[in-house]
Amino acid sequence: MKSDPVTLLGLSLLVGLLAIAPARADPASCDVPAYLLLTESPLPKVEAAIKSGRPLDIVVVGSRSSSIATSEASAWPGRLQASLKERLKVPVNLSVELQVKKTAEEVATDIVKLVEGKKPALVIWQTGTYDAMRSVDPEDFRTAVGDGAVALQGAGADVILMNLQYSPRTESMISASPYLDNMRVVAQEHEVPLFDRFAIMRHWSDQGDFDLFGAGHGLDLAKRVHDCIGRVLAKFVVDAARLEPAQQN
Amino acid sequence: MTSIADRIAGAAPADEADARGAATADLTVITLPARAERELRLDLFRGLALWLIFVGHLPNNIVTWFTFRNYGFSDATEIFIFISGYTAAFVYGRAMLEAGFVVATARILRRVWQIYVAHVFLFVIFLAQIFYVAARFDNPLYAEEMGIMDFLKQPDVTIIQALLLRFRPANMDVLPLYIVLMLFLPLIIWMMKRRPDVTLVLSVVLYALSWQFDLHLSAYPNGFWVFNPFAWQLLFVFGTWCALGGARRMSRVLSSPVTMWICAAYLLFAFCVTLTWHLPQLNFLMPKLIEQWMYPITKTDMDVLRFAHFLALAAVTVRLLPKDWPGLKSRWLRPLILCGQHSLEIFCLGVFLAFAGHFVLAEFSGGGPVLQLVVSLAGILIMSGMAWMLSWYKHSADKSAPRKKSAVGNADMAGGGS
Repeated sequence: MKSDPVTLLGLSLLVGLLAIAPARADPASCDVPAYLLLTESPLPKVEAAIKSGRPLDIVVVGSRSSSIATSEASAWPGRLQASLKERLKVPVNLSVELQVKKTAEEVATDIVKLVEGKKPALVIWQTGTYDAMRSVDPEDFRTAVGDGAVALQGAGADVILMNLQYSPRTESMISASPYLDNMRVVAQEHEVPLFDRFAIMRHWSDQGDFDLFGAGHGLDLAKRVHDCIGRVLAKFVVDAARLEPAQQN
Repeated sequence: MTSIADRIAGAAPADEADARGAATADLTVITLPARAERELRLDLFRGLALWLIFVGHLPNNIVTWFTFRNYGFSDATEIFIFISGYTAAFVYGRAMLEAGFVVATARILRRVWQIYVAHVFLFVIFLAQIFYVAARFDNPLYAEEMGIMDFLKQPDVTIIQALLLRFRPANMDVLPLYIVLMLFLPLIIWMMKRRPDVTLVLSVVLYALSWQFDLHLSAYPNGFWVFNPFAWQLLFVFGTWCALGGARRMSRVLSSPVTMWICAAYLLFAFCVTLTWHLPQLNFLMPKLIEQWMYPITKTDMDVLRFAHFLALAAVTVRLLPKDWPGLKSRWLRPLILCGQHSLEIFCLGVFLAFAGHFVLAEFSGGGPVLQLVVSLAGILIMSGMAWMLSWYKHSADKSAPRKKSAVGNADMAGGGS
């Protein structure tokens, strides 16, 4: 990446200021510091679709943490769709392929088949949790995620990877960090934007926006967290696709 | 210039009246060419490693900012394994010289058994924790993560796999690694006594082979050992090599200013890289090429960068902290040293306290920074108190026991093994 020193300095100052600025403790604001949403990897297919005014087709391939058992509509994929519709002029179609209790390797082998019929411009692949629970070899995991991402790109879709949830209560039982690291590596290697759900949720937890630690907060907490994830992800997609304000409402 | 070698060469007469009496007592009766004094720096840093392992196992909290892993590639695990190799070779090397291969091997195996029992004990505590969470924690947000409880449905398989060291919950990987390394200790020492450099080279070769051919131990239900023994043995064997004379031979290299500059530069580099992990705002400063070459820095296979980081850290530490530094005898460092001298017990206590601390923090909804601080400090205090008690007990037990018996019976406890 080449940047001239002045821009670099300006950018770093800006980012630094943004990071220092205190976050508001208003849960509904879904505040996320800008650096958690920075990505250099573009989304050309999404950009093209929106600029030409075609409908935006998205497929979410995810595990159980992409859903809420009793109220599917309030899970983050639904919230993402709603938020994108607000932001963009074009219609947004979104479908969800839940792959419950499957490792990344199992999903990767037929991920192209999963999305084939829908010809999506964008596939959001949420993965890692089940692999971490089964402590799959992180290298196998990395290969699988890489293969899956390449296959999707080959099939003509942009890809966004989404990593694990931040789950403090199971931290001592599920070791997340090898999987987080490897997803970051894959994202860099294949120039795929990574939506760092883990860091974002941890930020909310640290800021006191959401209490992710305690027991028995029930459905309401899940809905609010998913709503925020959907909204933040919509912003992430729009930013990564480099859409000028003109294309947005 | 004091170097790492002095700890072996040191012919200083052991001071019987010293507070360390109990620990050194058994060494003084062993007739070796040079009577070595207990190396307090080893205890100090092993104690520190134990504290850091405890703090590192607590959920993300402000105290974790004091742990090394936030400032470089290597962390407390490296220190723990290296010093364990060093002291084990020191103690059992003597035993082998004194009592012969068979008796020393038997003593090592007894130690392995102790570590195994400790591991099973920790597993039981883990089970208690997971059952508790399974019964109390019901959060639809984490429905998927709660799937980790699935193994409770087949205790017949899981518990047997745990006893076979193939099923290990998160954070319980150090002791199984240690057990495997200790099992090979008789062989390692036997070879070290004859051809130390060849042994070290063989260890490096095994390390390289483990990378080349992806050697690993499988785990249950699938996956692999989190600390790959084929890779981590290098650190352990390197520790034994240093203990059995390698450190003395390295002292010239270690005291050279060039070495110091290289080490300092590398530590600085590692610090800058880790900085970009914690402040993702700085990430854009990292050249992409270096990133692609460097990442991931695996802990499982003990990445070369980690090993090098540990070496640099050790070299600088040995240089900055001479063996006869008076601070080593100060009362302020006493708790650390005592913890280091009872490492197996304190390690287990630390893991237990980490579980307990997790529980406290969870019950009080994440706790504030104050609660986190209190939990961390309380844990460290309990660990120190326990170490003090163990040391007091051993001291008085040694005094009442017949001289001969205590000398032989306590070789394991004398900082070795654990």
